[in-house]
Amino acid sequence: MTEYVLEMEGIRKEFPGVVALSDVDFRVRPGSVHALVGENGAGKSTLVSCIYGLTARDSGAVRLSGQEVSFGSPADAIAAGISMIPQEVQAVPDRSVMENVWLGRYPTKGPRFLGLIDHDRMRRDTAELLAQFGMRIDPDATARSLSVSQLQCVELVRAISQAAKVVILDEPTSSLSDSEVAQLLELVRQLRDSGVAVIYISHRMEEIMEISDEVSIMRDGHMMGTWATSELTLDQIITTMVGRELTFRFPERTHQPGDVLVEVRNLTAADASSFVDVSFDVRRGEVLGIGGLVGAQRTELLESIFGLRRVAGGEVRVGGRAIDLRSPRDAKRAGMALLTEDRRASGIIPTRSVLENTTIAALGSLNRWPGIVDSRAARQRSQTFSGRLNVRTPNLDAMIMSLSGGNQQKVLFARWLMTDPDVLLLDEPTRGIDVGAKYEIYTIINELAAAGTAVVMVSSEMPELLGASDRILVMCRGRATGLVDARTVDQTTIMRLATDIPKDAHA
Amino acid sequence: MLDTGIATRAGAETPTIPTHKVRDWITANAILVVLGVLVLGIAAMDPSFVSILNARNILNFSSTRLIIALGAGIVLIARGVDLSAGRMVGLAAVVSASMLQTETYSRKFYPGLPELPVWVPILIAIAVCAAVGMVNGLVISKLGVPPFIATLGMMVIVYGANAIYFDSEPNNSQPIGGMRSDFTTIGTGSIGSGDRAVPYLVLIAAGTALLFWFLLNKTVFGKQVYALGGNPHAAQVSGVAIARNLVIIYALAGAAYGLGGVLEAARTGGANSTYGTLYELDAIAACVVGGVSTVGGVGRVGGIVAGVLVFGVINYGLTFIGVNPFWQQIIKGVIIISAVSFDLYRSRRSGLVRV
Repeated sequence: MTEYVLEMEGIRKEFPGVVALSDVDFRVRPGSVHALVGENGAGKSTLVSCIYGLTARDSGAVRLSGQEVSFGSPADAIAAGISMIPQEVQAVPDRSVMENVWLGRYPTKGPRFLGLIDHDRMRRDTAELLAQFGMRIDPDATARSLSVSQLQCVELVRAISQAAKVVILDEPTSSLSDSEVAQLLELVRQLRDSGVAVIYISHRMEEIMEISDEVSIMRDGHMMGTWATSELTLDQIITTMVGRELTFRFPERTHQPGDVLVEVRNLTAADASSFVDVSFDVRRGEVLGIGGLVGAQRTELLESIFGLRRVAGGEVRVGGRAIDLRSPRDAKRAGMALLTEDRRASGIIPTRSVLENTTIAALGSLNRWPGIVDSRAARQRSQTFSGRLNVRTPNLDAMIMSLSGGNQQKVLFARWLMTDPDVLLLDEPTRGIDVGAKYEIYTIINELAAAGTAVVMVSSEMPELLGASDRILVMCRGRATGLVDARTVDQTTIMRLATDIPKDAHA
Repeated sequence: MLDTGIATRAGAETPTIPTHKVRDWITANAILVVLGVLVLGIAAMDPSFVSILNARNILNFSSTRLIIALGAGIVLIARGVDLSAGRMVGLAAVVSASMLQTETYSRKFYPGLPELPVWVPILIAIAVCAAVGMVNGLVISKLGVPPFIATLGMMVIVYGANAIYFDSEPNNSQPIGGMRSDFTTIGTGSIGSGDRAVPYLVLIAAGTALLFWFLLNKTVFGKQVYALGGNPHAAQVSGVAIARNLVIIYALAGAAYGLGGVLEAARTGGANSTYGTLYELDAIAACVVGGVSTVGGVGRVGGIVAGVLVFGVINYGLTFIGVNPFWQQIIKGVIIISAVSFDLYRSRRSGLVRV
């Protein structure tokens, strides 16, 4: 028996064009909480998916209790004693708590081939487990009736019932309130004390300082090292997370921002766990970056400004006129355009051609007679904008699904540029796009800003925020924690604001 | 004329790889191939099948079906489904027929009713169905009831309402007869005579198909229908008014069922409240065989026309060569399932992801 329950050595994983994990070593002791931290995209999720059998590693070794293992699927990993609780808990909403706990391995009675479920035993076992951890949840309640934190507790119980040796928690607290977090952390402690190794991924530094025994820090696919939590200060963790030179190239920005065009005042989401009291201005010709970590509620903020989500209070003015925050159409009338984060879910229309995908938002201005599309004008405009954005497509009638991700994104840019927007809201505009296409998109953003468009850009990539914005609004858990000048700010300051640590804190 | 239009349009819209031109054309126009094979197969069994009379009979029979299928089709393209179609056909048939009986007919629905201009009752019947469709659209868009459930409920309601109307004094659920000749002419007459005669029904159906083709391909409304069927979130973000469009779509579909119902009454010279029963399923079947996707965003008027004709040829042609009607049912079922499986295979091959 070795000192470690889980050992990973020299793990390497490449995705097309990206080295996600580069010779990563990672060791976890039984009966301990091991925090795994790093910026968005540092490789934390890829590493744990390699453990859990969701992703196949290219090379390297994984040993569980000293034995070399290689899992082809989560089912194999679970059978070997590894459980993972994903960020978004997946429960069967209309089935009971106990059925969710025992899903896929229901206890049976009588002859096996009959598959008769032993409900009494299932209820008894679930109640025992829940009681053991002091949870007051009815085994017969439906999963739908539980809160997010209760669901996570049920998931933990499920992991325990699987006799797990290693439990992976991926951002478990990103959607929990403070009291729920305390409850969850208590459960994690009990789990640790019972001898289980807990791998804890979180962006919340105070939680990490509170709960973890060891910290491993990742950056750009490399493991920077593992330390005992008590040996580290918050400052050291953050510096290790971000300490990298800017390697990306960004086009030169020369123009000066003009007058204030967009005023966001005290905007508060209707959903109480989302953002609260956010205010900022954007000038004509300015690119305002919005930075923050997972769970900062940046997408929610952007979609609320565009009228896609309900707000509880506050207002948005464009050119002095308050816009109706319940209507995306009013936002569009006010000259706003929103490029959403999820290209597939809310961007492209997969069943239609490049031509129709570029023109759908501008059809109102492509008429010769009211309501009748001037197809020649539509084709010309589509051609012009596709050309300007350098969309690579065999022709305008090609189906959009036949294009690469970067070209699909450029089609969506073309869609919005065709509406001649005054305000462009961009949500992760370069996600999943290769480096060359990124540069093209930064150039487009610059040109638009130079022409007087106010740009708001949510981005999770630090270099992009620093290189492509004029100012950066940093958010943390639904609050604006700082507004900084992109030219003078350093990465550490942004990371502090994103994790909401006061400037002079030395925990 | 309509057929060649479909073929060239399909060819232009499908990205072709030069080396597989023939195979790609067949893949893109499988429905026309099926139609051709059916006609040739039946003609091989009985050469006398190929005649102008039979062609006219098939087209005539298919006309009302096509008008109804166009309504069902636009709803499917918009990621919906309309189960109330058949009952609306029955409603329109009864409403129009009840006001178009000859003045001297002994069992009149409205004994004192003077002779109205023929288009008045027709427009009333169509308007009633458009209004019912509008309610469908409102229930779906404003209350968020899934289309399947909303129109299932409406199907039952419309039948109930129609049966009550049909049962009112003094008609008491008697089949409505004694249709005025200016009304029945619409359903049975033709332009021209002899071999060149073109039935009014065929002209009306062709006109409706052209109207739908124009709406779907040439207007802002049509582009928005495809967009909101293909990806409602993206359409909403792009400023498409989802609710308003859905109300218009279901109302338009209702109007089409209404027109179909009126023409059924005119063609058969009467009406009762069971007219149109299960027509919605025939219409949906014709649409999916014609390449309309049941998950939205995909479908062409040309495909719907071809789908309706396939069923027209099966119904008429197989009876013509004496195939047992029960076997006809089995053949129809097989065609529906194969058409959709083939469609899925084709979209997987072209990389079009489906849920």
